Amino acid sequence: MAFERHRKLEANAILLFTLTMLTVTVGGLVLLIPPHFLAGTIEPIAGLTPYSPLELEGRDIYIREGCNVCHSQEVRPFKSETDRYGRYSLAGEGVYDRPFLWGSRRTGPDLARVGGKYPASWHWLHFHNPRDIEPRSNMPAFAFLAERELDLSETSRKLEVLRSLGHPYTDADIAGAEASARAQAASIAAALRAAGVALSPVEERSETIAVIAYLETLGRAVRAEAAQTVQLGGGAQ
Amino acid sequence: MTERIDDETYDMAVVRGFALSALIWGIVGMAVGLVIALQLAWPELNVGPYFHFGRLRPVHTNVVIFGFTLGVVFAGSYYAVQRLCRARLPSDFLARLHLWLWNLTLVAAGVTLVLGHTTSKEYAELEWPLDIAVVVMWVIYGVNFFGTIARRRERGLYASLWFFGATVLTIAMLYIFNNLERPVSFLKSYSIYAGMHDANIQWWYGHNAVGFVLTTPILGLMYYFLPRQAERPIYSHRLSIVHFWSLIFVYIWAGPHHLLFSPLPDWTQSLGTAFSIMLLLPSWGGMLNGLLTLRGAWHRVGTDPILKMFVVGLTFYGMSTFEGPMMSLKTVNALSHFTNWTIAHVHAGALGWVALTCFATLYYLVPRLWHTTLWSVRLAETHFWVATLGIVLYVTPMWISGVTQGLMWRAVNPDGSLTYTFADSVAAIHVYDVIRAGGGAIFLSGAVLMFWNVIQTIRQGSSEVPEAEPARGASAPAGGH
Repeated sequence: MAFERHRKLEANAILLFTLTMLTVTVGGLVLLIPPHFLAGTIEPIAGLTPYSPLELEGRDIYIREGCNVCHSQEVRPFKSETDRYGRYSLAGEGVYDRPFLWGSRRTGPDLARVGGKYPASWHWLHFHNPRDIEPRSNMPAFAFLAERELDLSETSRKLEVLRSLGHPYTDADIAGAEASARAQAASIAAALRAAGVALSPVEERSETIAVIAYLETLGRAVRAEAAQTVQLGGGAQ
Repeated sequence: MTERIDDETYDMAVVRGFALSALIWGIVGMAVGLVIALQLAWPELNVGPYFHFGRLRPVHTNVVIFGFTLGVVFAGSYYAVQRLCRARLPSDFLARLHLWLWNLTLVAAGVTLVLGHTTSKEYAELEWPLDIAVVVMWVIYGVNFFGTIARRRERGLYASLWFFGATVLTIAMLYIFNNLERPVSFLKSYSIYAGMHDANIQWWYGHNAVGFVLTTPILGLMYYFLPRQAERPIYSHRLSIVHFWSLIFVYIWAGPHHLLFSPLPDWTQSLGTAFSIMLLLPSWGGMLNGLLTLRGAWHRVGTDPILKMFVVGLTFYGMSTFEGPMMSLKTVNALSHFTNWTIAHVHAGALGWVALTCFATLYYLVPRLWHTTLWSVRLAETHFWVATLGIVLYVTPMWISGVTQGLMWRAVNPDGSLTYTFADSVAAIHVYDVIRAGGGAIFLSGAVLMFWNVIQTIRQGSSEVPEAEPARGASAPAGGH
């Protein structure tokens, strides 16, 4: 009887634990390997570009502060979600996302489509104290980000590492990473000033600016694709 | 049946070290949990830059999972493997190294997480140098564990050891493959996987961290310490065989239930759901094997807080492993995902099943490790009731809160427009956040009672075997005050 044979297995540690290892390996092989090879699993979004140096730094600050702990970036294909947030998430949006930031809990709203939704000045005030904008919000205040000057000393190196992983950054992108980040920050600072936000010299180069730049990217490619579809006379999905 | 526990036969010093460290990490981790629960209710309690919810939540999860739970698992498995194999750990030095490396890694984890060095991947937040430390620590654990088995003077391996062994092997595989990343600098790296592939491997890891840190080794503890405490053999050896192999086979497939309705391929999601439903059977096999072991000993449960913890722990295990498959159904998941229902589910398992079983294990171990009786059985009894009350006050409001969120997010007016703003749903669950923090505080206070009881037990005992003491009986909770 099979159970009697199992007694022998219990006395043979090497065989027992080899079989254990094989048993726990099967599921992972089936679930993890094929998606890398099956056609149609990831359709790249037209117009998707790698993060600019400033956006990348903003994304890393988003990760550092654990924004993903409370905000998902994964719109599910339900009418209630697409009405609230925008088009549902697509696999092809994430090819430059290391790590992915889909999240697992919505303590705050989903952010996958937050880009373009609010002006930079809204984010500036909201980071300073979310309750100035929404009194019922339970988000922590991130005023301290505005007091910290953005550190760009590793930006080129980050682009290099990402290029080694397949992101299409050019030598010029890598060499000019710091200058590019400063220029983009200056344009966001200009937009803030135009909206009447008074910025100190530190604030205009602050981490808040980088995070705003990152948030603006969320949903950008999907928005661009949708706009193009409408122009071509295709039906909106 | 008599047993003699002394450091000449077995390495019990390392077990004492893990037991005490685990208890301290438990209190730290639960206290951080209480802090972040209060921060959700009152956001003014967030103190930037280092002590806000986004940075503290991973500290809570890492410390309670890898500090408290794994600490008890290390203590319990080192205790059990030596006795079940009638062999000492292969090296006192490696055992001590394991204890210190684990404690130091946890300290470093807490510090780096508060400083914002995180990969963001849940339960795998530690940056690459700490990943390496974790892998080294884990390999040492494996050498100690399998080394003891290699030296065994007992032919057959008892079920507990299958579960601990599966834990050692599977966690090694999961941890290494999920944490493959390319360093940018000393404390910054990028995942070698991007987007959907990263999500896929993360939840293969994340779900099985639940499976192989919060389930299989806890079953290993249950299989050893429950029969010991009840003085009954395990109910069914055959059931152990069937549910062990099916549990470890099926668990690995269930990860995609964290990614239903996501951009993950449909077939992967469907496999995740199907295997999650199947998981009910091996899970309940373990629960039933534990509960039925008490046949003929149920009268003792009334007076024995250790058995009470095992029984209620197994009951919560059965409850959460029923709830989990239900939440893996797409129709249920559409409502429950992203809400506090998940938090309720996790804590029913983590507080109800894992923590109660760990408490029971520590109450069993501590008097034996310090050659004395438990200082106060009555205080342990109080701890049991306090903990149970805390769990109920934690889980119930989170269930209500989760369903409330799910319903409000999908509610539409007759004209099809959304009824509520997101902020409406935040305001609606505030009261449940407050009650939950109360439940957590009560649960934590139970752990503090335990800490006091353990300290007093250690004070009246000794790590040396008393000269006059004859080989002591294995019988259980000898009375105290």
